[in-house]
Amino acid sequence: MSLQQQVLPLTGIGSRDTGQYRGDHLLVAEMVERGSKVLDVGCGDGDLLQLLEARGIDGRGIELSREGVNRCVAKGLAVVQGDADTDLVNYPDDAFDYVILSQTLQATRQPRVVLENLLRIGRRAIVSFPNFGFWKMRLQLLVGGHMPRTENLPATWYDTPNIHFCTIKDFVQLCDEINVKMERAVALDMYGRPLRVNLPWWFWNMFGEQGVFLLSRAGQSR
Amino acid sequence: MIPAEPYVQAGFFYGLISVRKHLREEAGAEMTNVQSIPSPSVHTEERAHEADHPSSLVAAFGVDQPLRLDCGVDLSPFQIAYQTYGQLNGERSNAILIFHALTGDQHVANVHPVTGKPGWWETMVGPGRPLDTDRYFIICSNVIGGCMGSTGPASTNPATGKLWGLDFPMITIPDMVRAQAMLIDRLGIETLLCVTGGSMGGMQALQWTAAYPERVFSALAVACSTRHSAQNIAFHELGRQAVMADPDWRGGRYFEEGTHPHRGLGVARMAGHITYLSDAALHRKFGRRMQDRDLPTFSFDADFQVESYLRYQGSSFVERFDANSYLYLTRAMDYFDIAADHSGVLARAFRGIQTRFCVVSFTSDWLFPTSESRALVHALNASSARVSFAEIETDRGHDAFLLDVPEFFDISRAFLQSAGTARGLAKGGRPT
Repeated sequence: MSLQQQVLPLTGIGSRDTGQYRGDHLLVAEMVERGSKVLDVGCGDGDLLQLLEARGIDGRGIELSREGVNRCVAKGLAVVQGDADTDLVNYPDDAFDYVILSQTLQATRQPRVVLENLLRIGRRAIVSFPNFGFWKMRLQLLVGGHMPRTENLPATWYDTPNIHFCTIKDFVQLCDEINVKMERAVALDMYGRPLRVNLPWWFWNMFGEQGVFLLSRAGQSR
Repeated sequence: MIPAEPYVQAGFFYGLISVRKHLREEAGAEMTNVQSIPSPSVHTEERAHEADHPSSLVAAFGVDQPLRLDCGVDLSPFQIAYQTYGQLNGERSNAILIFHALTGDQHVANVHPVTGKPGWWETMVGPGRPLDTDRYFIICSNVIGGCMGSTGPASTNPATGKLWGLDFPMITIPDMVRAQAMLIDRLGIETLLCVTGGSMGGMQALQWTAAYPERVFSALAVACSTRHSAQNIAFHELGRQAVMADPDWRGGRYFEEGTHPHRGLGVARMAGHITYLSDAALHRKFGRRMQDRDLPTFSFDADFQVESYLRYQGSSFVERFDANSYLYLTRAMDYFDIAADHSGVLARAFRGIQTRFCVVSFTSDWLFPTSESRALVHALNASSARVSFAEIETDRGHDAFLLDVPEFFDISRAFLQSAGTARGLAKGGRPT
């Protein structure tokens, strides 16, 4: 697919610094232009925001858990307590250059509405999510006959916050449906490394543990 | 039990002693004796002296510099009593202005000249504390309308030579802030690194950002709101009515008539104090425990510890606070509504603002509940302001902002450090 582009080396971060950051965070940070204004929805403990601020990006965050918010604020980050499902409506149109939803889409009640809001508030959105089509997931369901659990998704079916799992294929379909343009797509393997770009979608959907998408509103060239 | 609340605990135990002493004085009284708030031991003249000649720094503004009040009156001459801590750096970029709450004053981090108690925010302000006096230059002034040295109803009206009393013009939160801005001008400070306060102090911090956004680099607004709710106005009205129902209030002229409405003011404080706590905190501290007895006395004596505690709060308050000042300041809070000053749209008050905000609320605060802070945060988001918002879990109610709550300290410290870094302050408070 033509939209799959080569992952470029990170600029602005020395190679010795990259070890402390998660692979998907590094990939997301690399997609954000310097000097831009970013909202990180579901920012957790603020690791990605810290990475962005280190790159001279004006980062803000929303986090659902009180503990997460307080840890972020105690790091000096601009984070507010809020819910992606209910609080995004309070943000005006075009308030940010990028809105990031990192590993959170599957935990929202209305992923489609959230996605639409992301691209209303931000000119671009960066969405990463665990790929439920990953071979380990498929194998556990097919052979084990039980709901899949992995290192990154250790919760049991009855206490998981993840209520809307999808595969990379599902997500691409949704983007087509709501007329969202995929500017860039990357699949990361189980070690957090990007898969080769010249591989077909079905391969990504099987061997990508997570997908990272840079999205923009269709019909707009910004 | 709890080393974390020396102020409240000390007050409580002192309360036991004072109530017992009071009981002895009333020895021989009938079984159904009724204890009301004892009259203050500090003489009225001493308080009046503090109102005109405070044990603080004083900025006096002559007739050429009137304070234009919202009610249309020019207050002139007037004075502002204030305290400072730490050193202002050469670039004048490390100044933090603290605002006190309704019954607080400028004595943030020093022994109080009237009560002899520690400063009201010594947990937050001092060397190595979140508001680090080794790093920042900290200012706190008594609000206009107060009774600890800034011009208010307890001050002498130079035109008559008598105390202002109810002749004092009605003041608002924006009036307080306008006066503070004149003080900051006088101190030669263009931009404040931070404005901060809790409750009525938080209201002033927000009013600063709305009125002088370019002069405020950051704002830490704690347990407050952009407007006073109907319930809060109702409680204030209860307090005012208690004061005015006291025959010793004498239409506000108690000083001339040699009386003091200590009963009414004490009751107002008791009612107010309940709103500063929470059901859980009262239950934890007192429960239904009896005061120095095992069985009820079948009288209106303070059988329960919680009664003894409240009576202590009432009686210690009247020692240091002026009744008319209480009327004026509660009224100022009632009138406060930032959105109303901006066509009813709160976000308009903060349009394009560059100030960095940190909003903090406490889960058990029912006077300024989290929903009020959240409404503020939504308005700030709509204005694309840089805002942090943390709700801290505690059962200590509204008063939590005055107590030892480590999570609150960590957040305050980090917020100020990040503001300082953004403004180019190095560790020592000097620009890098």
